Amino acid sequence: MPRFTSRLLLRAVLLVGVAYFLIPVWWLITASTKSSSELFSSAPLWFGENFSLFANIAAVLTRQDGLFLRWMLNSVIYAGGGAVGATLLSAAAGYVFAKFEFRGRNALFGAILASILLPASLLVMPLYLLFSSLGMINTMWAVIIPSLVSPFGVFLSRITAQESVPDELLDAARIDGAGEIRIFNTIGLPIMVPALLTVFLFSFVGVWNNFFLPMVTLNDAKLWPAMLGLYFWGNQPSELNYQFVITGSLLSIIPLAIAFIGLQRYWRVDLTAGAVKL
Amino acid sequence: MTIAVQTAPRAPAPPLPRKHTTIRRAQRSATWLLLTPFLVLFVVAFVLPLCYAVIESFFTEKKSGLGIGGERVFAGLANYATAILDTDLLEGVGRVLLFGVVQVPLMLLVALALALAVDALKGVLPKIVRLTAFLPYAVPGVIAAILWAFLYLRGTSPFVAILARLGVDADFLSNDVVLWSIANIVTWTWTGYNMLVIYSALTGIPRDLYEAAALDGAGAWRVARSIKVPLVAPALVLTTFFSIVGTVQLYAEPTVLRSYSSAITAGFTPNMAVQDVAFGLNNYGVAAAMAVLLALGTFALSFGFLRVANRVTAGRAAV
Repeated sequence: MPRFTSRLLLRAVLLVGVAYFLIPVWWLITASTKSSSELFSSAPLWFGENFSLFANIAAVLTRQDGLFLRWMLNSVIYAGGGAVGATLLSAAAGYVFAKFEFRGRNALFGAILASILLPASLLVMPLYLLFSSLGMINTMWAVIIPSLVSPFGVFLSRITAQESVPDELLDAARIDGAGEIRIFNTIGLPIMVPALLTVFLFSFVGVWNNFFLPMVTLNDAKLWPAMLGLYFWGNQPSELNYQFVITGSLLSIIPLAIAFIGLQRYWRVDLTAGAVKL
Repeated sequence: MTIAVQTAPRAPAPPLPRKHTTIRRAQRSATWLLLTPFLVLFVVAFVLPLCYAVIESFFTEKKSGLGIGGERVFAGLANYATAILDTDLLEGVGRVLLFGVVQVPLMLLVALALALAVDALKGVLPKIVRLTAFLPYAVPGVIAAILWAFLYLRGTSPFVAILARLGVDADFLSNDVVLWSIANIVTWTWTGYNMLVIYSALTGIPRDLYEAAALDGAGAWRVARSIKVPLVAPALVLTTFFSIVGTVQLYAEPTVLRSYSSAITAGFTPNMAVQDVAFGLNNYGVAAAMAVLLALGTFALSFGFLRVANRVTAGRAAV
C-alpha cells in the first residue's frame, strides 16, 4: 500500500477515535445549556435557542437545600482522604515487599494480589454487617476505612521500589548507622514519590467512582458521595428531573477532568505495563 | 521508559561487617512496623469479610412459624445447591460471559489499532488523541452510564433521531440490544485507557529494531505485525486480564441504566443477582454461596487466561 494512503487511513482511524471519545461529553455540555423542554425540542448535539446553563447550575446547587454541594464535598473527603491514606500505606507495604526478606513474603504478597479478584458483592455484605456491629453504618468511616486498602497500590509500589530504590544506597545509609524507618522516610519514600502520584491517582479514581459500598453502608443522603446522589436523582426518571441529572453530571466531572488533564504527565501508565514482568 | 527492562537477578548483597546481626534485627522490626498498618486494614476490608462470607454460605436461617426471626442452622451444601440452580445467577453468568467474549477482544483491538496509529504518526493529531483518550477514564462509571442513557433514550438521543430520519426505528434500551448498549458504555470508558497502556509499551521498543527491519526491506505494516504487536503482547495480556476481572464485576453501569430501561432485571449481572438475593430476598446464606462461587469462577477464568497467555507468548518466543 502506498505510504500516503496508509497515512490517510491511520489519520481517519484517529479522527473516528477522537469523535467517539468526545461526542458524549460534547452532548453533555450542550444539553446542560438547555431548559427541560428544549432538551427534547432542539437539535441534540447543538445549543438551544436560550442559554440556560447558569439557571440550570443554580437549580442544581439550590435543590434540596444545597444537597449537591454537600455530595461533592463528601466525594472530595472520601476520595482525597482514602487516596492519601491508601498511597502511604501502599508505599510502606510495597517498600517492605521489595527490600526486606521475611518468611512468607511471597505467599503474603500473592494473597494481597489475589484479593483484587474478589467480587465486590462478596465483600460488601459482610462489611455492612461488620460496620453495623461496630455502630459505624451511616458514618463516613464505613466508606473511608475500606478505601484505605489498595492491593493494586501495594503492587505498583513494590515494582517502583524494586526499580528505582538502589540497594547500595540503603546499605550505605545502614553503614552510616541510620535506622530502617529513617532510611525509608528519608531515602526510599522521596525516590518513590513520582510513581506514588500514579498510585494516588489510581486510588482517587477508584474511590471517587465507588458506588456499591456507599450505596449499601450509607442511608443518610447527607453523607452520600456525588455518584450515589446523582444515581438517586436519576433513579426517578421523570422528564422534569432530567435537567438536574444532566447538569449535576457535568458539574461532577469538571473537577476530575481538569485534575486529570493537568496531572496527565505524572500519570505513569507504563508502571502497569511493567507489572507484567514481575 | 521502564517496561521492557527485565531486572536481572541481583547478586546477593555482600555481607555487612560486624553490625550484621543488629541490622538483621532492625530490619525485622522495621518490616512489621511498616507492614502492620496496611495488614490490619487488609484484614478488616478483605480477610474478615471473605471468611465471614464463606462461613455464612454454609448456614441458613430456619424460619419460625410466624416467619419473623429464625434460628441459624448448619445447612451443609444446601445453599450452594440453591445458588447453582438459581436461574437469575445462571442467566447473569451467561450474559456476562457473552459480554466478555465479544466486548473485551473488540475493545482491545480498537485500543491496539489506535495505539499503533498514534505511534506511527507525527503531528498534532496523535497528541489530541492521547489527551482525549484520557477523558472517558476521568468520567466515573455512574456518570458514563447516565450520560449514555440519555444518548440512548428516545427524545434526547441524537442517534435515535438520525436513524429515524434514515427510516430505522432504533431502540437501544430494548431486551435484545441493551446488553450491547452496556458493552458500548464500558468500551467508551476503557478504550482510551487501554490504548495509553499499549502505547506506552510501544514507546519502550528500541528504535534500532525498526531501523534493522527497514534495512531488511520490511514496510510499515510488516513492522507493525512482526515487531510491534508481539513486543506489546505483555501489555495486551495485562489489559485483557483486568478487562476480564472488570467484566465479571459488572455492576454500576447496568444498575444505573435500570432506571431507564425495563429490559434490565434486578439480577441482570452476577454481582446484581447476589445483591438482590441478599438485600431484596434477605437470604444471606444463599447470597454468600453465590458470591463464593462467583469468586471461584473469577479465579478460574483469570488464572486460566494467564496460563494460556503465558503458554502462547512463551511458544512464540521459542520459535
